[in-house]
Amino acid sequence: MSFISYLINGISLGSVYAIIALGYTMVYGIAKMLNFAHGDVIMVGGFTIFFAVSMQGLPPALGILLAVILCTLLGITIEYIAYRPLRQAASSLAVLITAIGVSYLLQNLALLIFGANTKAFTSVVTIPAIKLADEQIIISGETIVTIISCIVIMIGLTLFVNKTKAGQAMLAVSEDKGAAQLMGINVNATISLTFAIGSALAAIAGMLLCSAYPSLTPYTGSMPGIKAFVAAVFGGIGSIPGALIGGIVLGIIEILSKAYISSQMADAIVFMVLIIVLLVKPTGILGKKIQEKV
Amino acid sequence: MAALLEVKNLGISFGGLRAVDDFEISIKKGQLYGLIGPNGAGKTTVFNLLTGVYKPDEGIITLDGENITGLKTIEINKAGIARTFQNIRLFKDLSVLDNVKVGLHNHYHYSTFEGILRLPKYYKMEKAMNEKAMELLKVFELDGEADFLAANLPYGKQRKLEIARALATEPKLLLLDEPAAGMNPNETMELMDTIRFVRDNFDMTILLIEHDMKLVSGICEELTVLNFGRILAQGQTSKVLNDPQVITAYLGE
Amino acid sequence: MKKRNISKNVKDNIITYGIVIVAYIVIQILISAGSLSSLMQGLLVPLCVYVILAVSLNLTVGILGELSLGHAGFMCVGAFTGAFFSRCMENVITIDLIRFILALIIGAVCAGVIGFLIGMPVLRLRGDYLAIVTLAFGEIIKNIVNVLYIGKDSRGFHFSMKDSISLGLETDGDVIINGAQGITGTPKDSNFTIGVILILITLFIVLNLIHSRDGRAIMSIRDNLIAAESIGINITKYKLMAFSISAALAGVAGVLYSHNLNSLMATPKNFGYNMSIMILVFVVLGGIGNIRGSIIAAVVLTLLPELLRGLSNYRMLIYAIVLIVMMLFNWSPKLIELRKRFSVKCLIGRSKEVQ
Repeated sequence: MSFISYLINGISLGSVYAIIALGYTMVYGIAKMLNFAHGDVIMVGGFTIFFAVSMQGLPPALGILLAVILCTLLGITIEYIAYRPLRQAASSLAVLITAIGVSYLLQNLALLIFGANTKAFTSVVTIPAIKLADEQIIISGETIVTIISCIVIMIGLTLFVNKTKAGQAMLAVSEDKGAAQLMGINVNATISLTFAIGSALAAIAGMLLCSAYPSLTPYTGSMPGIKAFVAAVFGGIGSIPGALIGGIVLGIIEILSKAYISSQMADAIVFMVLIIVLLVKPTGILGKKIQEKV
Repeated sequence: MAALLEVKNLGISFGGLRAVDDFEISIKKGQLYGLIGPNGAGKTTVFNLLTGVYKPDEGIITLDGENITGLKTIEINKAGIARTFQNIRLFKDLSVLDNVKVGLHNHYHYSTFEGILRLPKYYKMEKAMNEKAMELLKVFELDGEADFLAANLPYGKQRKLEIARALATEPKLLLLDEPAAGMNPNETMELMDTIRFVRDNFDMTILLIEHDMKLVSGICEELTVLNFGRILAQGQTSKVLNDPQVITAYLGE
Repeated sequence: MKKRNISKNVKDNIITYGIVIVAYIVIQILISAGSLSSLMQGLLVPLCVYVILAVSLNLTVGILGELSLGHAGFMCVGAFTGAFFSRCMENVITIDLIRFILALIIGAVCAGVIGFLIGMPVLRLRGDYLAIVTLAFGEIIKNIVNVLYIGKDSRGFHFSMKDSISLGLETDGDVIINGAQGITGTPKDSNFTIGVILILITLFIVLNLIHSRDGRAIMSIRDNLIAAESIGINITKYKLMAFSISAALAGVAGVLYSHNLNSLMATPKNFGYNMSIMILVFVVLGGIGNIRGSIIAAVVLTLLPELLRGLSNYRMLIYAIVLIVMMLFNWSPKLIELRKRFSVKCLIGRSKEVQ
């Protein structure tokens, strides 16, 4: 029975990873960059809700809305100031290092504003837990909300990309920026939109993550962020279903390793799996093969 | 005399596209050979097959009697094929001299240990490498720019440096991918002289891809024309260029 | 012509060594004059550690052109293997210097071997993927060290990955590596002078490597992999060479670090990816590929916050802003254009030699 509980917890954690991984995978697919600061946008989302709900006493729904708006603006701003000037840069290292700088900046700003102490985050989920099999399996309200959110987001995003004009523009830009531009697509606006969507999702992920694991520090986002990136790479970067598969698999592996092997080694096992996958298939499970033209 | 390069039945597909099909060529030692054809005919793909960038689906490549089919790029270079690239690929943050010295890498040996500890062999070998590299640069009139960063050379000189670097590996066969691309007529004339000079003084066999017909008809002794990945015509330059099929392929119906 | 090429390098290298030696002499004078606070004196060995780390990481990032975010992991390997050796041999080899030299060699070799083993599969990955995998490996190394228990008793060594009790030691047993508590009681064999000597050795290895046949091959891979392959450069061999040497030198820094501390623990702060990123910041701000710049950046960025105590809260924030601004300033095509027009000279971020 406990195995099923672990499995459900794993899927729940994996759903959060999947939502975060979407942000990485979309940005990577379109801007061809690893947005290292994405994990810290999650943290900003968490702190916004904490500030609005726990400190100011606003209703949770309003807090979440505020977080989504703030993170969206933050994502667009980061892209505009820090990444856009380097889009044509000769070195791809340049933009990656800048992203690391942005990540540091967000963490240390949060550190200055909120301090290093761990904040107790009050869950914004009010749905009661479900008890199954004579209360041997308890599915918490957070788990239910997380899994449902993940499903809704996945379906919504897939529809958006395939059915709307803006979504098609995203696909076009990810294939070939130059050609998309010639076809009359506003590349800058499309990239901004991608960052906006990714960051809004990060805010939601922040809410879910902090509700399930109710402690908040300026570094809250960095480890989940890295693991979500691992999930994105694992599933094949640039692929939306890949992010879902990668996230869920990673979440399950992490929870099961914590339960059955060693809680201290769980992260190491997660990373080990990533390395093995990359060595067998360097572009991830659903990734496309890219070869440099000679 | 046996041919230096002998290619039989070479072919490769990308997905469903037949990029090169049933390609055959035979180049004698010391020959200046041209590979021409419209854009997208598969010329550079042939170069990539010859140098091991792509593995052929079928066919046999023999260099100087040695079967080099399916070898890795570095093994093919060691066997004796060096090339230049259509889009120049220099080591742009290295000096002009160092670009050539990297080409000399496999002919002047000293260990990492000797290099770090600066043992006498390091100085001896570096001196020899410098002399050899400067000798090569002189041929291409680049000796005055030896200390420049390769990226700071003007376009025409970058193309020349690429040839010098390829020659530094002491190949038996030199492949030039559009050496005159982007050059003005004067520079092209000069390049023709240089190519002839390389052939005569280095005892080199040269296969080149080129669009500039003046250059092709001026220096190539034999030609192969590719169209849609297949050989359209092959033989002496003057004959091939007057072949009605070739003219149609170039000018269209 | 060719003479000038060689002698220019030699002159450049002598200036680099000279800066280190002069800095050492100045600090020694300050110490003997008593004008260096004990706080600053305590910072001297860590300073040497950072300089060695920055120089060695520059070999991977600047010379090989691959981004590694796991450098602290190699330092961790060196620190623990070196300290483990010294703890075991404390009563066997009583001459401190010889024991320390052996510890250095062991730390460097272990870190180098780990670097080689990691590099072999991962160096064929490209750019961002390599960065994330090296980061992953750094975290794995740290995690493994944290669950590692090794003890010694009359029957020999005992090993466990659970806890110290499961080592099953005799009563005379001694737990050397105690999981998350790490290693305590490492002999304090390192000092500032040794640190500076190690910096000079690191510089000697890295600078001489760069200006040799192997160094040129490594840089040719950085500049154009396909062209390097086409002229017969063995890509795998030289990538691995640069990566392993870089890892081994990080191991040396680790040994120096661990022999300066009474208790050595693998925390996210000292061996986590934050440390790797901090070293990367030194390399980037000193100029990617610019070895002298790495030294200066490591020294300035370590000392500056200590000199301006009031700013210490803002230290990481300032790092972050400086990092972003420097990258934009050095790499943005628009700003490069502007800079060319006004020919503004960059401070220390000279990332390429300008001819």
